[in-house]
Amino acid sequence: MLPRLDSLLAFLPELVLLLGALALFDISLGTGRARAARRAALLTALLTLAAGGVALGREAALFHGAYRVDAFSQWLKLVIGLGYLVVVLAGGRLADIREEVRSEYHLFLTLSVCGWAMLVSCVELITLVVALELASFPLYLMVALRREREGQRSQMEAAVKYLMFGIAANGIMVFGIGYLFGVTGTTSLPAMLQRLPPVAQSPLAVAGLLMTFGGLYYKLAVFPFHFWTPDVYQGAANETATLIASLPKIGAVAVLTRLVALATPQNPAIAVMLALLAGASMCYGNLLALVQSDLKRLLGFSGIAHAGYVLMGFVALDPAGSAAALYAIVAYVFMVLAVFTVVCTLSPDGANVAVEDLAGLHRRAPLLALTLLVGIFGLAGMPPFAGFTAKFALLKAAFARGHLALVIVAVVNTAIALYYYLNVVRTAYFGGDTGLPAVALDGPTRLLCVALVAGVIGLGVVPGPFLEFMAASLVHVRLPP
Amino acid sequence: MTSPSPSVPLLSLLVFSPLAAAAGAAFLRGERALRWWTLACTSALAAASLALLAGFDPAAARFQFVEHAVWIAPLHLHYTLGVDGISLWLVLLTAWLVPLCVLASWRAIVVRVREFMIGLLVMESAMIGVFCALDFVLFFVFWEAMLIPMSLLIGIWGGPRRVYAALKFFLYTMAGSVFLLVAILALYLKTGTFHIPSLMGRPYEAGFQCWIFAAFALSFAVKVPMVPLHTWLPAAHVEAPTAGSVLLAGVLLKMGAYGFLRFGLPITPHAARVFAPWLLGLSVAAILYGGLTALAQRDLKKLVAYSSVGHMGFATLGIFVLNTSGLEGALLVMINHGVTTGALFLVVGIVYERLHSRDLDQASGMGKFMPRFALGAGVFSLASLAFPGTNGFIGEFLVLSGGFARSKAMTWLAVPGVVLAAAYMLRLLQKLAWGGTRNPDHSALKDLELREMAMLAPLLVLVFWIGLQPAPFTRVMHASVQHLLEQVHTPSAYAAAP
Repeated sequence: MLPRLDSLLAFLPELVLLLGALALFDISLGTGRARAARRAALLTALLTLAAGGVALGREAALFHGAYRVDAFSQWLKLVIGLGYLVVVLAGGRLADIREEVRSEYHLFLTLSVCGWAMLVSCVELITLVVALELASFPLYLMVALRREREGQRSQMEAAVKYLMFGIAANGIMVFGIGYLFGVTGTTSLPAMLQRLPPVAQSPLAVAGLLMTFGGLYYKLAVFPFHFWTPDVYQGAANETATLIASLPKIGAVAVLTRLVALATPQNPAIAVMLALLAGASMCYGNLLALVQSDLKRLLGFSGIAHAGYVLMGFVALDPAGSAAALYAIVAYVFMVLAVFTVVCTLSPDGANVAVEDLAGLHRRAPLLALTLLVGIFGLAGMPPFAGFTAKFALLKAAFARGHLALVIVAVVNTAIALYYYLNVVRTAYFGGDTGLPAVALDGPTRLLCVALVAGVIGLGVVPGPFLEFMAASLVHVRLPP
Repeated sequence: MTSPSPSVPLLSLLVFSPLAAAAGAAFLRGERALRWWTLACTSALAAASLALLAGFDPAAARFQFVEHAVWIAPLHLHYTLGVDGISLWLVLLTAWLVPLCVLASWRAIVVRVREFMIGLLVMESAMIGVFCALDFVLFFVFWEAMLIPMSLLIGIWGGPRRVYAALKFFLYTMAGSVFLLVAILALYLKTGTFHIPSLMGRPYEAGFQCWIFAAFALSFAVKVPMVPLHTWLPAAHVEAPTAGSVLLAGVLLKMGAYGFLRFGLPITPHAARVFAPWLLGLSVAAILYGGLTALAQRDLKKLVAYSSVGHMGFATLGIFVLNTSGLEGALLVMINHGVTTGALFLVVGIVYERLHSRDLDQASGMGKFMPRFALGAGVFSLASLAFPGTNGFIGEFLVLSGGFARSKAMTWLAVPGVVLAAAYMLRLLQKLAWGGTRNPDHSALKDLELREMAMLAPLLVLVFWIGLQPAPFTRVMHASVQHLLEQVHTPSAYAAAP
């Protein structure tokens, strides 16, 4: 049976990504075709965005209901496409990837993005696990593709850690799914939405849900699934870290949104567990970030803290909280991409950037310094940047459900975090003159910086349409078809 | 509470035109053009701000020039602006001080002029926004947004220890205000609104009020600053460029006191009454401590900075005596402090531009060769020590008379502060105007140029205007102050249930 045109159009972004991956596979068969691969990846990214636009208004249930295209998944695919474009642009010529595998790198990148794009549409748990694997495995490989340096093989250590933790977390998740299947007799989320609530209080269901969350905690770097984060950020090439820090988080939060819909506010065990993990992540991430000197490592710990903030939205176990968490993660991705763009641009040979290396940045490259300032202050939760609005929405959601203790832990943490964020800005703006030459920015990088700054401010000042759209799309997540 | 929207969104214009000017400045080439552009824009804004005064109805206690729009509907945030008799003067003060800051930076700022002017303009937007915002979250956004440009102004164009000062300023203010956000959320969950006037005069329970007030007090006391949270202030004042010091003293310190007036008293009146004795004690401590410390300073800027601690002690003293003359006196002290301390920082800036030192001994005897400078320095020092006939006198007099009506013992304790102010200011004046001129030699110094006279003249006029004829100033604030006092003192509506 031929698929109907409607379904085909609804599936267009994934199709484009798959075709792009095929084309990249073909390119990667030759040697010395890194430039062609980069162009192909850029083209795929642009086409994905266009396809995302075409598919935006569409709704469809594909593959016997295992795959649902709705407003919720479609706008997330747009964000993922956007992130893909930024990652390819920020990566530039992939200076830090071994020359002979640069075209393969683009292939893995595209495959992984394809996995994330599919993940947000999955409403059947087995499909979901498969999409998650498709998204994860290329990432494990990409970490290891970093160029070797004299006496430094940290990329291998990072890759192994990432892989081991990833597989363990996946195992836990599949185990949890087994429990959920045992309780409800189905792996389809919409069916589970109806069958789980009557038995939601049973230990088996609670354990199943919590373990299922585990696999996503790993992607989001929630305590105690966070151990890989700083090492992988530090060991992976700048471009790879950019990807790992951004898109997986969106995917994880999207799936968490679908899964949390299974729990109701009357489920105190799950709320308490989420609250504990959120608080622990914030405290752990922020306290350890205080003493970091490597910028990427610092961002890793800050990412753990932000995973805690985002989890705060899910603690509420209601649509307002999920909407806040989704908004917060999109805001986070924009801000973290802004910072990583600076990291990638500042280090033409791909070496890690230490916080001290930022000294005098506002003289060497005012635009980069501004991008860094906006990104970092956004992460710190300062208005008028998106980070503040996100923090506000999250606090409001958690407070509305009476989680005062968690709210206080969170605001105390923002105060703590301020210190290391300020330290980065201090070095970039007030640091002594290092005498290094000005950083030359090419056109696309300039445009990228301006776009990210505008995005972080725009998302912070006028989030209304975005939030409304998201709240409306969440209805699809909550209702069985 | 609110009047219909005016045909011209005057307040929005005041808040956002500096941002537009900053955007314009980003495309200008040439430092000269940038300076003139910023001066022209800020002066035009200052002139436009007078329209507020012209259209303000002093008989009404309600908020005027109200603008209202939905901002972020899903979060129930609104864009609401308005001014009453309390905030009106602070908006005007801000609008008038910024062009003077541009003048003060004319020669002093030579590197990265564009960034400096943009920073100044962004600051102006945020500062005016703080005083106009009637939505609590909008207020918070402006309140925090101010931190970034201000710390950049201190940290890039400041003195030798600028980085330390900038970070300290940022960390203190931000750490103080994290609980403000929790308080805002708690109030919202209680009432379902962020609209500030609707939050006032509700019968919250006593315990709830105390927690909310504690969160308010922490963030506002850092900003005032009240002893013992004042330590960021001398650092920031001393290291900031002249324009930064003027804005810090003239506007930013007012925000703490404004916070108490706008939120602390009317939203949590019961807690305000409960905590008042403690805050009065801290105010008196600030007056004495500021005075004594100022007496010991040799650095001109430090002297003026510590005098600020004392002056703001008078402002908070006036606020927490909770009567008419106390509150009106506090508001006058706030305006006066903006005028005279702002002017004194300009004077110190003038000294520094000529001597490249702020040491009191180095500046000794300058006045003999700079008569116009000596006149300015003299008048502002006298105004700062509350000499009768100047603006400082009226404010402190009202505060003290309000204080005596409330607590004789407490106010007697504050009286030595007045003497201390006379001591440190006269010491400053004596050195500047009559000190020995032999070492170093000042005979080659040029007297004030036209630009410098232009920046001191408006403040000089205000010193005497407020000093001799304060009625037009108090008349505008009277109705709002009365309304505020009613809110604080109506016990029936705020029955304190445990």
